[in-house]
Amino acid sequence: MQTNLADFIKDTPEGIEAESILRKCVHCGFCLATCPTYNLLGDELDSPRGRIYLMKQMLEGAPVTEKTMLHLDRCLTCRACETTCPSGVQYGRLVDIGREIVEQKVERSAIDKLKRAVLKKALPQTGLFKVGLAVGRAVKPLLPDALGKKITAKRDVGVWPAPCHARQMLVLQGCVQPAMAPSINAATARVLDKLGISLIVAPSAGCCGAIPHHLNDVHEAHVFIKRNIDAWWPFVEAGAEAIVVTASGCGTTVAEYGYLLRNDAHYAEKAKRISALYRDVSEIIAKEKNALAKLLAVQNKSKQKLAFHSPCSLQHGLKIKGVVEEILSAAGYELTNVPDGHLCCGSAGTYSLLQSELSQQLLANKVAALESGAPQMIATANIGCLAHIESGLDDSSKLPIRHWIELVDERLT
Amino acid sequence: MLVTDTSNFIACLQRIQPPLNILTDVERLKPFETDAFISHRATPLCAVLPETESQVAEILKSCSRERVPVVTRGAGTGISGGAIPHDDGVLVVLTKLNKIANVDALARTATVGPGVRNLAVSDAAKPFRLFYAPDPSSQLICSIGGNVAENSGGVHCLKYGLTTHNVMRARVITSDGDVIEIGSRALDAAGYDLMAVMTGSEGMLGLITEITVKLVAEPEHIETMLAAFPSVTDAANAVGKIIGGGVIPAALEMMDKMVVEACEKVMSAGFPLDAEALLLIELDGVREEVAEQLARVETVLNECHAQEIRVAANAAEREKLWRARKGAFAALATIQPDYYTIDGTIPRRCLPEVLARYAELGREYGMTVANVFHAGDGNLHPCIFYDGTVPGEMERSEELGGKMLEICVEVGGTITGEHGVGIEKLKQMCVQFRPLELSAFHEIKAAFDPSGILNPGKGIPSLKRCSEWGGMHVRAGEIPRSDIPRF
Repeated sequence: MQTNLADFIKDTPEGIEAESILRKCVHCGFCLATCPTYNLLGDELDSPRGRIYLMKQMLEGAPVTEKTMLHLDRCLTCRACETTCPSGVQYGRLVDIGREIVEQKVERSAIDKLKRAVLKKALPQTGLFKVGLAVGRAVKPLLPDALGKKITAKRDVGVWPAPCHARQMLVLQGCVQPAMAPSINAATARVLDKLGISLIVAPSAGCCGAIPHHLNDVHEAHVFIKRNIDAWWPFVEAGAEAIVVTASGCGTTVAEYGYLLRNDAHYAEKAKRISALYRDVSEIIAKEKNALAKLLAVQNKSKQKLAFHSPCSLQHGLKIKGVVEEILSAAGYELTNVPDGHLCCGSAGTYSLLQSELSQQLLANKVAALESGAPQMIATANIGCLAHIESGLDDSSKLPIRHWIELVDERLT
Repeated sequence: MLVTDTSNFIACLQRIQPPLNILTDVERLKPFETDAFISHRATPLCAVLPETESQVAEILKSCSRERVPVVTRGAGTGISGGAIPHDDGVLVVLTKLNKIANVDALARTATVGPGVRNLAVSDAAKPFRLFYAPDPSSQLICSIGGNVAENSGGVHCLKYGLTTHNVMRARVITSDGDVIEIGSRALDAAGYDLMAVMTGSEGMLGLITEITVKLVAEPEHIETMLAAFPSVTDAANAVGKIIGGGVIPAALEMMDKMVVEACEKVMSAGFPLDAEALLLIELDGVREEVAEQLARVETVLNECHAQEIRVAANAAEREKLWRARKGAFAALATIQPDYYTIDGTIPRRCLPEVLARYAELGREYGMTVANVFHAGDGNLHPCIFYDGTVPGEMERSEELGGKMLEICVEVGGTITGEHGVGIEKLKQMCVQFRPLELSAFHEIKAAFDPSGILNPGKGIPSLKRCSEWGGMHVRAGEIPRSDIPRF
């Protein structure tokens, strides 16, 4: 599409990038088909193409109101549209730019601001979140259903093997996951240990920066990213082979560190190196699949039917498709067919808390799709999806839901 | 419309029950200002997104009372500008009428709302091993209502026919807001075939609120093959010889080197990059029949100097080939973001000649032309690249496109194969038809839409406009080479 950006943005790095993205869009509308919100609402304005148009106007200097903000807020940033787009439009990057501008141009309501401020402060701080979660677990029966259901049961963490291998990899601990499901990274450490890799943690690293990023606070996101880079750097220099992330949602952010800090004089190079070292845990395991097959060969367990929910961050953000599925099949699981597997579950970072109505509809559809193949359990690859889907499962016949690496870990013990 | 009239009219719409989603602010109207024919835009007075048929009827009653123009929009994927709004009109967006009322496996029909996506019909029919045959490249998202309005085609229309051959009945709201049913659930209906009149009428005769389409049995066996050629002429010759030899493939598509490269870059379909032209051929039917046809087609391809022939080994490979073909137009945006796609149809035997003339015209205009099209149907889609930031370039590309369409008429073809006329091809309508024929079209419109509020200014040019465009090639009401048989 032809564009004529306004002076306020035209010659800035964001403006130049936005223009090059807009120019690629031919307005064909293919993206509408796989957009979860367009599927629910049937309104162009709640589709990627409609949002691109709203952003185009804003960037061209047209007056912008809370209407544009609403439709941008309703976007899950699942990036299914990018997978569908035949013209290679990087919608995710455009919507980041658009959201930053709309945040400057439109004043949010007091309640909205408060909600966002609380989420921004509470979620990324594991300590604070842990206290909240512990209190929540204690008083769960007293909480309203919608909130209570989000509080997951505590799981056994198990042993984290001491580092003893020459091959070492860093793991992102993150913020929400160590509080909600510390078992996931511990399971990863055990599986990798058996494959001859020691998984280590940089103590001062924390939230990847995705949470402030979701809430359009670029400055705060950069602070978090730089803190992680500083925490990881000594380990990188000491020869850590990779930076492993077990939550694909966080993974998409770490993979973009290089891009996000590309204009930062001090951190651009380091951030690029970190992104180059980043791997989703599935990529590491897939590379070691022969060794894993040997370990699995001694196991003799019956096939279990499993429904895998591929998070949007994994399939659309990181473009990792079929990799986890292959590992699970190799580990002896029978994967059921999940209709509309490209659609978001409605978790989408802080979306489930900020856009609960749409999020709940997507959740109900997702749970129905996952259960349609009559699985015995559900697996996924991102803590956000895991907690969200768990909250939507029927209490009476509750299927277990796990991170897939925990299942591989179980098969190896 | 005067401001007071406008607010009265909006107030009318606001009284409709159940309450209607009405957009009146420019901020939210702009995203509706164009469809996929993005070189033209118009901001409507308002846009409405009805959710029930009765709302649609009420909207039309208000519009006909106030003589407000009505433009209908589905998924907005049309590329002739048929859904581009009217400055003083209402844009009726039917995407929320997206329910599949039923799939009748025994009758092999599906009854759906106009906003249902084309592919969603086939998805719903899949459990019964049935599918909806017309498959425009945009089938993932384009709506059935839009397909009927444009009489859409697609890669499989060579064997299975266009939309008009695959729709049976529709519920239509007339411009006065009356609900009528046309066609029938049986194969034939008494009286004039109004379903055929409505199909391809581009929103100018009525608004469709429900459609019953035919479903076709999934073929027992499918083979998809790719053939690479050292020249466009060889590939074009092969097309004629395959069909001339008595084989009607389910699909027979051609793409030239430039398109192949673009598809490969974006979608990595595994297309051979050393060929000047590719044919994608799909054969379907019972296993033995397909095997026999495959052998015959391979012989023809070899005779026509195919340098490489590949047969898709499985469904995944087949799907990959078709995905690349269907994403071809959007992939071309990676060559240059601005391009203009033409849609004309010629007799198959003229393919080599016409493609050569297109290349020549492109050189004359100094513009790059890429070709990806339904070769089996003779339905051409040359793609003209231009730089929209250079003043006058867009107009020049449209001029070149116009000349290409006139070549179609000259060799005995038509100016549209499946995209419709919209606003894009109004001028060429004056080349294709005599004034008398155009007058007859206007009389048909007047019979359905006496107040003339439905999609005014699209589809059929006024005689006045034709004469203003000026004896383009119409002299004394005669088209050039009237001796050539038309089809």
